[in-house]
This record gives sequence, structure tokens and C-alpha cells, in this order.
Amino acid sequence: MASVLIDIQKLEKKYTLGGGFLQNRPRIVRAVDGVDLQIVEGETLGLVGESGCGKSTLAKLLMRLEEPDGGSAIYNDQNIFGFSPDDLKAYRRSVQMIFQDPYSSLNPRQSAISIIEEPLTIHSMGDRRQNREVSLKLMTKVGLSGEQAGRYPHEFSGGQRQRIGIARALALQPSLIIADEPVSALDASIQAQILNLLKDLKKDFGLTYLFISHDLNVIRHVSDRIAVMYLGHIVELADKNDLYRVPLHPYTRMLLAAMPSCDLPGKKRDVTVRGEAGEADDAGCNFKNRCVYKTDLCQTTKPLLKPYREGSWCACHHAGAI
Amino acid sequence: MQPLLSIENLKTVFSTTRGDIRAVDGVSLSLDAGETLGVVGESGCGKTMLALSIMRLIPANGQIAAGRILFDGLDLLSLPEEDMREKRGSDIAMIFQEPMTSLNPVLRIGDQIAEAIRLHQNVPSKEALARSVGLLDEVGIPQPERRVKDYPHQLSGGMRQRVMIAMAMSCHPRLLLADEPTTALDVTIQAQILNLISNLKEKNNMAVILITHDLGVVAEAAQKVAVMYAGKTVETSDVENLFANPLHPYTRGLIESRPSGCSSGMTTDSDTRLKTIRGTVPSLYELPSGCRFSERCDLVETVCRQAEPELVEIEKGHFAACFVAERAVKR
Repeated sequence: MASVLIDIQKLEKKYTLGGGFLQNRPRIVRAVDGVDLQIVEGETLGLVGESGCGKSTLAKLLMRLEEPDGGSAIYNDQNIFGFSPDDLKAYRRSVQMIFQDPYSSLNPRQSAISIIEEPLTIHSMGDRRQNREVSLKLMTKVGLSGEQAGRYPHEFSGGQRQRIGIARALALQPSLIIADEPVSALDASIQAQILNLLKDLKKDFGLTYLFISHDLNVIRHVSDRIAVMYLGHIVELADKNDLYRVPLHPYTRMLLAAMPSCDLPGKKRDVTVRGEAGEADDAGCNFKNRCVYKTDLCQTTKPLLKPYREGSWCACHHAGAI
Repeated sequence: MQPLLSIENLKTVFSTTRGDIRAVDGVSLSLDAGETLGVVGESGCGKTMLALSIMRLIPANGQIAAGRILFDGLDLLSLPEEDMREKRGSDIAMIFQEPMTSLNPVLRIGDQIAEAIRLHQNVPSKEALARSVGLLDEVGIPQPERRVKDYPHQLSGGMRQRVMIAMAMSCHPRLLLADEPTTALDVTIQAQILNLISNLKEKNNMAVILITHDLGVVAEAAQKVAVMYAGKTVETSDVENLFANPLHPYTRGLIESRPSGCSSGMTTDSDTRLKTIRGTVPSLYELPSGCRFSERCDLVETVCRQAEPELVEIEKGHFAACFVAERAVKR
């Protein structure tokens, strides 16, 4: 059985908004609110949810770009939030990130090759010539040519820039890559190229992905397992095919129903989608105001993420009954 | 019966320091009342410029070089600016991708809608404000009496787009241009907004041009489709035919490169690769000779690099600009 790469336990992150001079009482937003999640070695774990559900905050916590307010994430038997500086540096080598916007995530004053080389230099991986060689190899690996090495980001198209970002993430031979909406900013015909590239690289380098997206079609294509997030909570976690065949949580159902499909072009579908994600509630289920199945129990008690069937977890009092 | 909107051979040209580019290059379309036309294409294909040309609101360095835009038989391009201003907002309305930048941040939303009403109709401001409450109600904003006093920043993205739609509907337009109206929104909000637009369309027998990069949105919301590539319409059809039998290799590529394809029943394993369209969209400064898609096309032939294909009717009501598709039918 594959081993667990990162074991996230009861992870929490709160942000305080407002509360300045002359302002109203501060508001506390629980961006990540008690998340339990295991990332298994070799898998692609898809994390899907709408804007503001906390998926990017979760990624930042795992990258150690934010400090949590509670909980832990265990990597190699150690809590990543208790790392010594040396351990942290080693951890940062093994966990890399690919960003959404290929325009703002590359330094416009650095050439492509020096962008890819930089992580190697920072972590003093080899001498200059070796690093250059590694970087050139990576460039060809991600579908760029060596002749483009000296060019600057503005000379590349969006898809090519994303390839540079991917090569940079690969430079340190990480085991986990966190990809935060890596294809959302790309045009349809380029999206497919990048998704294929990510799949090939996974096979060639034995990578594990945490793949974050709001696009259910993309998530379905790349993932092995999928976690659905809503207002700071994981509300459902299941194997990809189970999730799409028999979604358990009413929110997952709503997402799937809302997803535009080309199955029946020109036919009007009856989509029962209502409301907007507001703020997390203190009492009861976060989704209750948009849910058609809510009962008194949902008003008062927060549902916990519980196993429901082989490999599926769901945080709903009525999962299975609905 | 003459169509509500008919565009003939429209050309919109921009002069830049690097030379002239044809953002819209000979587009012809027609649309009846009560119909939604989906215009689909990737960034830079000219779909937004097409909409702005209809509104005659293209940026200052651009001009409409040729063609006619007949709205109810009247050529919008020959109208004096004065009369065109009358049309904008009353007969033809437009909504945009990012509602925050299209709303005035320092005005209450009720006042903004009332302003749109009073610009075109001679009504007292009290009545205009009362009407804006009704419009907010119509677009599904809860507690409209209270919400009219809100400022744009107090609303969510979906609510702002509803306000934009309320404003667009304020003078009962006969044509609504919607430029990526749901691209900035979450998928559950997108479904609601698309539903709203389609309900309003049916209720008012309005024509809608829905510009999008998402084929799924087209399939859900449009009856007719025009696929654009590098300033040209490469395929037009009714929506069922387009998905059942795409004729242009570019359209086929777009449909096939959609992750999870277009069928919800299928299960995919993690080894499935997506079909792709190789290369990237050509720059409008350096268009290939002949067919603009030729350098990315798998079916390319010698003739494709020599001459530019015209949009021709290949099946009844189904047009494509492709030599290969044309010949396949003749045979």
C-alpha cells in the first residue's frame, strides 16, 4: 500500500478583518477550519471549491508561507510547523509550487534559464555548469527549446510561461508539487497541452500532486482522489469516479449540477442551484442556507467528516439518505 | 422576415506602432429576436471587438473599415453619433465580464440604475428609483428595497453582475450583448446568471449575443454558435449540429481538448491524455498566409497555405471556412 506523504490534522487558519480605528468590530474569517486530509504518495489529490473556500490558504499553509492557528501536518514523522531552519530548508526542496498566473509569477527581468536555475543556486545544489545543464534539460523536458534559454518572460506566450514555472518547480526534484489553479489563466487549446505535460511529468519523475482548481472538468481529468472544500471545511473526499458517479454531499451535487456540460447542447437544463457562499456559521452546517435537504439537526450541529463507504468521506448528517 | 441583427462583412482595423491589425476581419452573422448566439473563441480572436463594433464603442485607435451592421433594417454604421447614443442602452445594451469595473464605486446602485432609465426615458427621479427596485427584484436580488441603497463594494460578484443585468434591462433592450458575463464568477453563480439571462430573454423576446471562451456555456445557453479564430468566423451553426458534427478542425480541436470531454457518464483513468491543438494562436501581426489555422491543423494541404478559405454553407444552415471540410462534402 502506498504510504502517506503528508498527514494534515485539524489544521486551522483564521484571519481577522477590519477592526482598525473608526471601524466596526473585527470580523474573524476561518479560512481553513479544522481540515483533516492525507496526501498519499504518488497520487494526484484534487482540491476543488469556489473562491473563498480556503483552498489557496491550505496550499500556503502546506508551503509554510502562512503560520497556522492550530493543527499539524506530518511529513516524514515530523510536524512541518515545528521544523528547525535546516529541516525547513530540506522540506522546501521537496515541496514545490506552480502558480496560477504565469505573468506575475515570473520575474520579468530574469531570463528563462536563470529563473529555472535560481532554486538550484539558492539551495547550492551544484556548480554553475552543472546547474545550467540541469536547467537546460528541464527546459526541453517541459517542451521548450534550448534556444529560448536566454529569452525573457515577455517573449513567451502564456502557455510557454507556465512551462517555465513548471520547470522551475521541478528543478529541485521535489516529491510533492502543489499546483494552485495552474491552467485557469490559459486558453482552452493551451490548457490541454499543459494538463498533458503535468501528467507526463508525474509519471517520469514519480511526483505527487496536490492539484487545486475550481474547474470540475479539469479536476476530474487529472485527479485520482478529490476533496471538495466549502467555507474552510472538507465536505467530501472520495475517489474520482465515485465522486462523479454518486456524489454524497449536497454541495458536491450542486457543483456538479452547475457545471456547464455539452451533453445536450441547446437543451435547457433544470438546474437547482441557489444562494451564494456567505460566511461560515458558528452553529450548524455551513451549507444549511443553500441546502434543500436541511433539517433541524443541520441548524444546530456541525456535521463532521465521516467515512461513508470504501474510500469516501462526507460531512453531512444526511449523506446516504438523500 | 428580416433578422433583428444582421452583420455583413464587418472589418474592424486598429493602427498600432507595429502596423495595422485586423481584429475583426470580414465577419457576417445574423440573429433573430428571441435567439441567443454564442460567440466562442480564445483570447485575441476578436470576439470582444465584434461586440464593441456593434455598439460602435471601439477604442480610439481603431475604426470600422468596412461592412454593414443592420439592426432592424437600419445600418448602425451610417447613423450620426447622436442617434447611435439613443440606441445604446435602450435598444442595444451590453454587460461585461468584471461588473466591479463597470459600476461606479461611489454611487448607490439604485441611483445608477435610475440614471440609466432617465437617460432614455422622461420620468421623474422618484419613479425611476421605484422602477430600479422592481428591476432588482426581477433579476433576483433579495430585499431590493434595502439593496438599492447599497454601494457596489457591499455586493458579491454575482450580485454585482445581477445589478449590471438590471441596468441593461432597464430600457427593455431588443438586443443584449453579454461579453464573458460569467467568467469571473463561481460555477454555482454562473449557472444562476445564465439561467437569469435566458429567462429574461424569453420573457422579453430579446436577442442575446453571448461571448464566451467556454464551450460548455455555449452548449447550455445558446441556440446558434459562431466560432471565431484570429479575427474570422471559421464556423457557424445551430448549437446541436456544432457539437454533433463539428466541421472545422479548430472547432473539433476545441471540443476534443476539453478535459473530461463532453460526456458525464464516462469514467476516466489517470492515464488518459487529452487531445490537443498544437502550437499557439498566431499573432495578428504575423498571420500565416492562406488559412489562419493552417500551421496548427492536422489536415493541412497545399491549398490551405495558398488561399484563404471562405465561410461556405456545407450542410443546411451549417457554415465552415475550411477547404478540407468543403471537399469532404462534395465527394
